[in-house]
Amino acid sequence: MTGVARVTLARNLAIAAAAGVGLWVLTSTVSAYANVQIATMAYYFVAVAGLTVLTGQNGQVSLGHGALMAVGAYATAKIGEAVTWPLAAVLAAAALLTAIAGLLVGAAAARLRGPYLAGATLALAVGLPALATRFSDFLGASNGLTVAPPIPPASLGATFPLERWQAWIACAGALIAYVLLANLMRSGYGRAFRAVRDDEIAAQLAGYHVARTQVVAFVVSAACAGLAGGLLAVVTSVAAPGAFTLTLSVALLTGVILGGLGSLAGAVWGAAALVLLPSWSDDLSGALSLSSNVQANLALAFYGLVLIAVILVAPHGLQGALGKAIGRMWDQRRRGRAPRKEEEE
Amino acid sequence: MQRFVDLTLNGIANGAIYAAAALSLVLIWRATRILNFAQAGMLMFTTFIAWTVIDHGVSYWLGFLVALASGLAMGALVERTIVRRVEGAPPLNAIIVTLGILVLLQALAGMLWGSTPRSFPPAFSIRGYEIGGHAVLFSRFDLFTVLVVAAVMAGLVALFSWTSLGLRMRASAFEPEVARLLGVRVGDMFTVGWALASLVGSLAGVLVAPSVFVSPNSFDAILVFGFTAAVIGGLDSPSGAIVGGGLLGLALSYVSGYAGSETVTLGALAILVATLMVRPAGLFAGPRERRV
Amino acid sequence: MRHRKSSALAAAAAALALAIAACGSSDSTSTSSSSSKNEASAPGITPTQVTVGGHFALTGPAAPGYSSIPAAIEAYFKYVNANGGINGRRLKLIARDDGYNPTNTVAVTKRLVLQDKIFAMVGGLGTPTHTKVVDFLNASKVPDLFVSSGCLCWDQPEKYPQTFGFLPDYLIEGKILGQYIAQHFKGKKVAYFVQNDDVGIDGTKGLDMEIPKSQVVTRQTYEPGNTDIGPQMAKIKASGAEVVAMFTIPAYTALVELAGLKLNYHPQLVSSSIGSDPTTLAGLLKAFSKGKAPTALIDGIQTSAPLPATTDTSNSWTALFKKIHDQYLPKLPYDGNVQYGLAVGYTFAQALQAAGRNPTREGIVEALQTKKLTGPGLTPFRFSEESHAGLTGVQLAEIKGGVLVPRGKPLTTDDGDGAITPYDTAQPQAPANGVPPAT
Repeated sequence: MTGVARVTLARNLAIAAAAGVGLWVLTSTVSAYANVQIATMAYYFVAVAGLTVLTGQNGQVSLGHGALMAVGAYATAKIGEAVTWPLAAVLAAAALLTAIAGLLVGAAAARLRGPYLAGATLALAVGLPALATRFSDFLGASNGLTVAPPIPPASLGATFPLERWQAWIACAGALIAYVLLANLMRSGYGRAFRAVRDDEIAAQLAGYHVARTQVVAFVVSAACAGLAGGLLAVVTSVAAPGAFTLTLSVALLTGVILGGLGSLAGAVWGAAALVLLPSWSDDLSGALSLSSNVQANLALAFYGLVLIAVILVAPHGLQGALGKAIGRMWDQRRRGRAPRKEEEE
Repeated sequence: MQRFVDLTLNGIANGAIYAAAALSLVLIWRATRILNFAQAGMLMFTTFIAWTVIDHGVSYWLGFLVALASGLAMGALVERTIVRRVEGAPPLNAIIVTLGILVLLQALAGMLWGSTPRSFPPAFSIRGYEIGGHAVLFSRFDLFTVLVVAAVMAGLVALFSWTSLGLRMRASAFEPEVARLLGVRVGDMFTVGWALASLVGSLAGVLVAPSVFVSPNSFDAILVFGFTAAVIGGLDSPSGAIVGGGLLGLALSYVSGYAGSETVTLGALAILVATLMVRPAGLFAGPRERRV
Repeated sequence: MRHRKSSALAAAAAALALAIAACGSSDSTSTSSSSSKNEASAPGITPTQVTVGGHFALTGPAAPGYSSIPAAIEAYFKYVNANGGINGRRLKLIARDDGYNPTNTVAVTKRLVLQDKIFAMVGGLGTPTHTKVVDFLNASKVPDLFVSSGCLCWDQPEKYPQTFGFLPDYLIEGKILGQYIAQHFKGKKVAYFVQNDDVGIDGTKGLDMEIPKSQVVTRQTYEPGNTDIGPQMAKIKASGAEVVAMFTIPAYTALVELAGLKLNYHPQLVSSSIGSDPTTLAGLLKAFSKGKAPTALIDGIQTSAPLPATTDTSNSWTALFKKIHDQYLPKLPYDGNVQYGLAVGYTFAQALQAAGRNPTREGIVEALQTKKLTGPGLTPFRFSEESHAGLTGVQLAEIKGGVLVPRGKPLTTDDGDGAITPYDTAQPQAPANGVPPAT
């Protein structure tokens, strides 16, 4: 391990530790429902962050990550049913299984570019959940499988709320994923991902193996999707085809873009948006008294409008917009003291 | 044998619809390099408009024309007001914007017309032709559908090959800089491309509406299969869209008939992957694709 | 690079701060006491209001038809509120949209229970969705009343003491329709066409209990969402079936009719009640009637009904419900879903009434188990300490002239080998003001 890598690791661990303490305080003070929302954001973060590596860092578009989440959720349900491993081991196994699935998909995907990759992964998102009805005895058909919720350890006390425990599990998963991905992005692999994204020919000339790099990126992001699916199963008890529709795959991609393509900070924003937007728009439509047709569809309309507006107003996502705003504030403060410098890109 | 004939005819009829949907996606991809996920919403909306006209007792054919006209207008409108601002931006931004338009249109349709599915009339009888005393899974309306899609294809070939508008559109799509230098108003050509694509989409909408009923989400599956067909055929090729649509329609009909309807989406996945493994840019990929 | 990392942290912190802002405040619940004054006797109950919630498909592919159920429950609540409420309390429903996606169901249910503090879940819709929250609702001791699904799974009082069904389950209906087919179409070839989920699986089980195996020539299924049922219908036609038994949702009953037109194949259709609402079917087939009455296509369908026919205004329940519908839901057709929602609304009010002046969660469960409530259902509920299954049967009916014409007496049976017996007790009269009489 080089000195730089060690510093990076230390810094990422420090960030994760600080975030962990923050989350511990937060989850212990807020209401049970807020804990549900935090847990949901946490598993969305894992999936969105994984997709950020694939799409933002490596330039491969996937409309099929919802299906990979399904693999993780079903694996968690089946493994949890079959053996009495600790939950962490079950989730790790689910992530590993999904990574293997990702290896298969990634190997096929490495041959495809742009819209063809999008088309193939879209077919994956639509096709894979049908396995549940094809093998209905094993996968529970359209009702799917119900995952038993995790039991908080007795040491936390008999009245420890389940929602907080689920939030802790999901947040722990998110922090581990964060540390691993943040290190990966700063490592040689990260450089290879970006080199291949920016120019395949140049990357090849520089000695990178293009196809292998793309497969690695796919496997990494699939493992994240698997972990996210496992966490979803733990938090919501759900492993059912109706939960892993094309809409979920699309939502994950939306999270990546809304947050800001390519940065893990953006993934945090994206995950938060995926949880809070529907909830807020629901509140909004509930607050107005409208005819039932309008009422039922207002949240959906709001969601669509936000998607369009964010891209048109802030093409670099929420994180990009935030960075710009901070930069501008910084600029203004400096302007008071010194002559204004040209804005840096 | 009877079964095979039924499934084949059923596949052809479905394939014509997928082909039309694929064509509407291909036209937009060629014109602006954008995957238009909003297409399902746009054709749903125009079909609802046509339904409103027909439901008020006006003739079917007027409703049909209204659908096409509103398709043309909606394509141009969407391109001019929203999509124009993401042309040339990273392709993912355009994808999210078209998804946003899709969601917005579905919500608006839900507000205007509710979620109850509506009955949409066919242009001709849906009674199957009798062959050897047996009614097959192919009706006059199915024949009409196939003929209309074929006519649209022929029209597009004529447009692109023989008219100056078609030439300018092709130039704008493939060499926008050169086209601009030669005095082609590239922006206008993009608008025309969207309008044309949306027109074809609205046609697919009225053709499929009788068998899926009309509601905000009725046409989602058509878009998925249309997209699959377009990718199989090759996104740059209108003929690819037609062939891809036909192949997919046939294949899925056989899958449904011989393997069970629960395997249809898995079948679509298998066909798509098999095609792309052999031809990574679709069956009708031009030499321009895959420079690496 | 440092500012990039710290902004990651800042983003995380800001997102979490938003989460806090989004969460509601918690309020304490007072204990109940048996006084004659209205008290805040349970979560969701104040001296002046009872708040209940439900998850429904308001948008998305499953919304058609079902989205009118919460509107109807709400309409009933409004009517009762206008007539003084139940024990002076107004009824309020918070209907949240889950789009028929189980993950969303979990999210909105937790929101209803943990944030909105509902007293009970009423009419939660769907099997794949509701099975994912039934454990949570029971662990949280929230009454989970009248699940909108005929799954057998709601009837497990030992495991799910809070959960109650409403509709007769698909197996009961399958048995009754199966007996009808076995008796009236003796020796004729029968085909099954069912939805490929618990609707079709449980329905098929019931049919198989009554129809001799040798009579069933083919079993076809469809996936909701895939409207191309041509291959299946061609197969049924090729099998020579004279009777087609269906457990389908209305859109697919209509598609069967259309495929019949295409294949010039017109077998006797026997449809479960979930797919045979004449108003809905006539609407779906309107454009195909070619000048004839839109109902001509569906006349002759044999079916069954758990509630009185929507057109039979001589029935006091239909008269009451129609009146509420006309007043509060004039834009929606008065169809089976609206009727179902109104019936659920009434039954909830009835259970609340039976639970006393200051109801508790235990009290309403107790009332349902012991008070033998009867109302709009043609057959009684099975509710007791041993069973939480909903209505015990259906009445056979035929679609004639576009309306449901009931035949014979309502029939009741169980999920086992129990006989199918006529139910003789007359239906109680509906209260004109919608307020259930005190028990």
